[in-house]
Amino acid sequence: MKDTFHIDREDAIMAYDYEVITDDFSRAGEASSDIKKKLRQVGIDNDIIRRIAISTYEAEINQVIHSLGGRITLLIRPDRIELFFVDRGPGIENIELAMKEGFSTASNKVREMGFGAGMGLPNIKRCSDEFYIESEVGSFTKLKIVINL
Amino acid sequence: MKIREVATLLTADVFIGEKQLDSEVDHAFSSDLMSDVLANSGRVDAKAVLLTGLSNYQVIRTAEMLDIRVVIFVRGKMPTEDMLELAMDNDMVILRTHLTMYNASGVLFSHGLLGIQD
Repeated sequence: MKDTFHIDREDAIMAYDYEVITDDFSRAGEASSDIKKKLRQVGIDNDIIRRIAISTYEAEINQVIHSLGGRITLLIRPDRIELFFVDRGPGIENIELAMKEGFSTASNKVREMGFGAGMGLPNIKRCSDEFYIESEVGSFTKLKIVINL
Repeated sequence: MKIREVATLLTADVFIGEKQLDSEVDHAFSSDLMSDVLANSGRVDAKAVLLTGLSNYQVIRTAEMLDIRVVIFVRGKMPTEDMLELAMDNDMVILRTHLTMYNASGVLFSHGLLGIQD
């Protein structure tokens, strides 16, 4: 069986990778901004771009505030957009809890930045057609979303 | 409501976007929490005005992601140069009022610029 989180670049029209750095608030959102521009260049519908931009930005912010660093991969396919967010830990102890609206482990510093309300993951799920998350404490969190075109 | 009218009602300074003051907006959202703005993304769109007392780079990023074109800083909060640059790249209108969030929202609401459906 194929691994859900396997990044299959074959048959993708375009593929892009972005590094996300821990705690780098000044650059948080750069990847999402670039992804939004790339999607606009290939002429994708505005409402779809918006849903992708919101999901990507939430997930990028999550990597900045919670992870030890990570990577975002964008695959543009003829019928769908796939996005992978893979980080190097520390992992999520209880995914069910993390998916609950309002649950957050964010620091005060993050809250002062206007984030950490515990709405990120539920919002990403709401904006996407397919949503997969897997995490291993001490190792990684992997998130994959699919948005149909 | 025209952005120009929004600016006049709030006696706001226009930092950038002077040329777009005759564009229309039709709803507003007030929050210091960008998480909340993003969580209401289905209802806050390109015709929205965002009022906030938070002044940091991520406010402009959030607006960019949601296609929000007008950001109003309340309580005299000053946007930084890099915020204005990013806003300019995204053709936004950036206003600043000395009114508090509550009063600024109230003024706009009472002149017909309503919020999203609760």
